[in-house]
Amino acid sequence: MSSRRDFMGKALGGFTAVGGIAALYAMKRSWDPLPSVKAAGFTTIDVGPAQENVLVVEKWRGKPIFILKQSKDMLKDLKEDDMKRLLKIGDAHYMVTVGLCTHLGCIPGYDPESHGFLCACHGGMYDSSANVTKAPPPRGLDIPPFKIDGTKLVLGEQGPEYEKMLADGTTLPV
Amino acid sequence: MAHFDENAKPFSHKWLDERLAVDTLDRVLSTEYWIPKNINFLWAMGMILAATFGLLLVSGIFLLMYYQPNTATAFDSVNYTIMSEVGYGWLWRHIHGVGASVVFLIIYIHMFTGIYYGSYKRGRELIWLSGMLLFVTFSAEAFSGYMLPWGQMSYWAGMVITNLFSGGSLHANGLVEWIRGDYVPGQAFLNRFFMLHVLLLPLAIIGLIVLHFGTLRIPHVNNQDGEEFDFEEAARLYKEGNVKESKVIPFKPVFLSKDVFVMGVYFIAFFYLVFYHFEFAMDPVNFDPANGLKTPTHIYPEWYFLWSYEILRPFSTNIGLIAFAIAQVIFLTLPFLDRSPNVAPASRRGAFKYWFWFMLLDMIVLTFMGKLPPQGIWSTVGLIAALIFMALWIALPFITKNEKKL
Repeated sequence: MSSRRDFMGKALGGFTAVGGIAALYAMKRSWDPLPSVKAAGFTTIDVGPAQENVLVVEKWRGKPIFILKQSKDMLKDLKEDDMKRLLKIGDAHYMVTVGLCTHLGCIPGYDPESHGFLCACHGGMYDSSANVTKAPPPRGLDIPPFKIDGTKLVLGEQGPEYEKMLADGTTLPV
Repeated sequence: MAHFDENAKPFSHKWLDERLAVDTLDRVLSTEYWIPKNINFLWAMGMILAATFGLLLVSGIFLLMYYQPNTATAFDSVNYTIMSEVGYGWLWRHIHGVGASVVFLIIYIHMFTGIYYGSYKRGRELIWLSGMLLFVTFSAEAFSGYMLPWGQMSYWAGMVITNLFSGGSLHANGLVEWIRGDYVPGQAFLNRFFMLHVLLLPLAIIGLIVLHFGTLRIPHVNNQDGEEFDFEEAARLYKEGNVKESKVIPFKPVFLSKDVFVMGVYFIAFFYLVFYHFEFAMDPVNFDPANGLKTPTHIYPEWYFLWSYEILRPFSTNIGLIAFAIAQVIFLTLPFLDRSPNVAPASRRGAFKYWFWFMLLDMIVLTFMGKLPPQGIWSTVGLIAALIFMALWIALPFITKNEKKL
């Protein structure tokens, strides 16, 4: 008798558990970003007209994108690690990053005098290649996936230059 | 089968009692639910919280009739439609805003009353735990509600708080995007936080309030001396008519009449704020519509989250996150970290007296520092206060273990 009852209990419990897990999976999937949100994740930007030491702010996936064409003065102050963060397009060097502080996601402000960024939320600082110079941010501003196409940048697509940056740890995937 | 009197008139007292046991319910839940006499006005905070929750619920229902959870229209539906078109819409909004702020003040008073009198110990652990779970759900409720007007502070608080879930160096962007349903706070984010705010979290809160009351019924409320006495004996004296000799009073109507008096005083202050000083609960920055390309100069939470925000802020990302996570849950462990068997007011408990006042003072300092920009001397004061907070919790088991038994 009791083994029959045990079996019934286990069968009921088992089916309930499978149903419960399936329901949890459905709930998880319902919270996922929608395909339409994912599909809108590509933006093309022409960096040709950018001027030296003038911060250009564009928008990609709802996030601000910082583009800063480097002047000779700015390049002089950068170290080798900082240089790796820059995009070489034609003869010019560009800093292209997601304009959100890597600490908690505020937008840092650019000061053209000191060639640096300051995040007002928690006091983090970055140099002109957007590498971090003062904590709390754990790392420089993240570089979005990009593909160079003449003087145009396609954000959201991964070109060979971006893959190299990922591979040597210059930036983390965004 | 139970006995039903055929002659009982429908919905008469007898008719109801036979079907619902209303007399038994009334006796168990109120007329013979015994409250010690040796208490003060701080024991009324529970009912004040229940009443404030009621006000939040009613005002929320009316706001819900005109609020639009859409990134394009949310801001105007609050700031234009509800504030200038809906008859008395401003009243519901100001009750809701002021109530959300004041409810945390009362929660903190209620919590620190419990800590001071040792009301989390020996049989009352579940009262404390269910109460702290209420604090956590109220915090989530406050945060999700703060998103809804879709102003600058809504957007950027949403950005910063959801970024916490990337876990610092774990770099769990996938989790953050999953929570938001988008790369940044957007329509999906606003809609799901709207759902949380008006349905799931209020349901959880109502369930937890029932649990909180339930955990109170058997151990009874504490008293000003932490005295343990025989409730049955005291109840017998009261019922026999020796009301003066008995150490207890019934919840209804005696204790309730005290509660109602304190509530009256409270509501005068509450509605003074609603009508004349609601602006303290309305951050001016949030009267700018959300803009993903512009961060406000200073991002700070509402006053009731400042102390834990200040524990996050002075450290590097990873340590800050760990400290913040600990600060969120550490109060849950209080009944287990306090190793002393004494149930008594802090003033009679030796070193614990200083622990209590230092903790209270430290949290007030953290609150002030959290509001100031993170610069110069204030950064240092904030860091020291955050370290003292941690040190006090580490010290608690040791100082309470060595406490003399009263």
